[in-house]
Amino acid sequence: MQGFGILLRKELREQWRTSRLPVVAIIFFALGLLSPLTAKYTPEIVKLAGGGLTITVPTPTAGDAVDQFLKNMGQLAPFIAILLAMGEVARERERGTAAFVLTKPVTRPAFLAAKFVALLVTLGVGVLLAGIATYFYTAVLFETLPLGGFTASAALSLLAIMVTAALTFLASTLVRSSLPAGGIGLAAFLGLAIVSSLPRLGRFTPQGLLQPERALALGQGAAGLLGPLLVNLALVVVSLVLAWLAFRRQEVEG
Amino acid sequence: MGDAVVCRGLVKRFGDVVGLDGLDLTVPTGSIFGFLGPNGAGKTTTVRLLTGLTRPTTGSASVAGLDVVTSGLRLRERVSYLAQQPEFYGWMRGRELLTFVGELFGMRGAALRARVDEVLEQTGLSEAAHRRVGGYSGGMRQRLGLAQALINRPDVLFLDEPVSSLDPAGRHEILSIIADLRDHATVFMSTHILADVERVCDRVAIIDRGRLVVSSTVVDLQERYAQPIFLLEPDPGQAAQVAALTARLEAQPWVASLAGDGGVLRVIASRPADAAAGILPLVVASGVTLARFERGRPSLEDIFLRLVGEAEHAKTEAA
Repeated sequence: MQGFGILLRKELREQWRTSRLPVVAIIFFALGLLSPLTAKYTPEIVKLAGGGLTITVPTPTAGDAVDQFLKNMGQLAPFIAILLAMGEVARERERGTAAFVLTKPVTRPAFLAAKFVALLVTLGVGVLLAGIATYFYTAVLFETLPLGGFTASAALSLLAIMVTAALTFLASTLVRSSLPAGGIGLAAFLGLAIVSSLPRLGRFTPQGLLQPERALALGQGAAGLLGPLLVNLALVVVSLVLAWLAFRRQEVEG
Repeated sequence: MGDAVVCRGLVKRFGDVVGLDGLDLTVPTGSIFGFLGPNGAGKTTTVRLLTGLTRPTTGSASVAGLDVVTSGLRLRERVSYLAQQPEFYGWMRGRELLTFVGELFGMRGAALRARVDEVLEQTGLSEAAHRRVGGYSGGMRQRLGLAQALINRPDVLFLDEPVSSLDPAGRHEILSIIADLRDHATVFMSTHILADVERVCDRVAIIDRGRLVVSSTVVDLQERYAQPIFLLEPDPGQAAQVAALTARLEAQPWVASLAGDGGVLRVIASRPADAAAGILPLVVASGVTLARFERGRPSLEDIFLRLVGEAEHAKTEAA
């Protein structure tokens, strides 16, 4: 893994200087902020939109704020992950900067690992900020959620996002340009979404983590979490190993 | 001193396309080596093989005594590479990029800062060091490419067409820097610009269709192929007469090769005495008036065109 530390520093600087990290941070923070707000005021908006009709809407709760947060993390965040991951390797090969780096004394695993860790950091910062915003705004508008449970729930959300990111990252090592890699990442996300609706397999998909995420955030137990957790971790690890196997003997243009 | 680069029977296939077809080549340590060939001859493929960016289909190669396939990191610590159209991270500043490269080579602290200053000075980029690389001109980008390739004081420096995309001033600057590397490193420079090779290289190899045509010192090559060359520059506006003259010259048994370039006919003669006696009568018979008639030594370009032409002919014959 020679060169990993230097490459990681460069990747993190790049995430910051090309505005990827600030933009992701702002989007995720906004999503986190809007989650409890949407839960709180949706009934009001629905009532106003109803005109003279009488519409009965249940009183919103902290559970609705958590649902909104998890929906945003489960449905919007993976698209951001795809956009970030699709060019990680393909774009560098396309532009010739991969050849520039790989003719220096660095290993290919270090090149890939630095990129994936930087991706994890960027998305991790995003989920952290979204979580902080949701946690505090939920406390202001509804009630205080259990901190430990909510943190675990946010960590599970991050894992689910990283599955999509890892699959797109794998695609980025396999194809020659970013766009097809993004397409493969999107297809993988949609494929897993379809599998998530299957009765026995569904809970092992990233989307299947939604129920345990909700239970944890509301301080309830999440029995049977270990299996889905390990399967999703394995999806990330297997994607990275396959990316390495594909990349280690790949011819690099430039 | 041994050889800095050794290729033995190097073959590279891209599906059905043969990029390199059994290339045998040696580059002595300390030389500035010009690697010549027409477009598509296999120059870039050779450089990419020697820098470990791609692997040979068969055959072997070593650089600085290290096998290019198995030596990996040890090889990359001792060589440097500048691509034909170098691409860098546009968001970095010049100094930042060189520091990043120096760190990849294990350099740190004051020694790294001093070396960065040194290569910035050497490549004339000191004043632009604080600017973003994305805003550099083509020439500055090429100089930056050279600076990053020099930072580790490489034993062997691979330059793939280092000046082909530059204007004359940019070419002059880069070639001067390359010439200054003599005695400090072995420079392996692929190019199709023969004037550049004549200017800075002490050794040269010509490759065509993936095979070595000739390898020699520039001086030896010029002496070996020292048949005199006759330059004929017709006055303008005589297209028909010049065509007739060309046809007549091509029919002569003492003409080894004939090329027209920029309004000048270049005749390489296999029998100089016959040529000296025969050319002017043919000019008169064709009704051509000349602005210039000159007898001189062949340039590297003449030799190149002749050798590549011969290689092509031999290939056609064999087929």
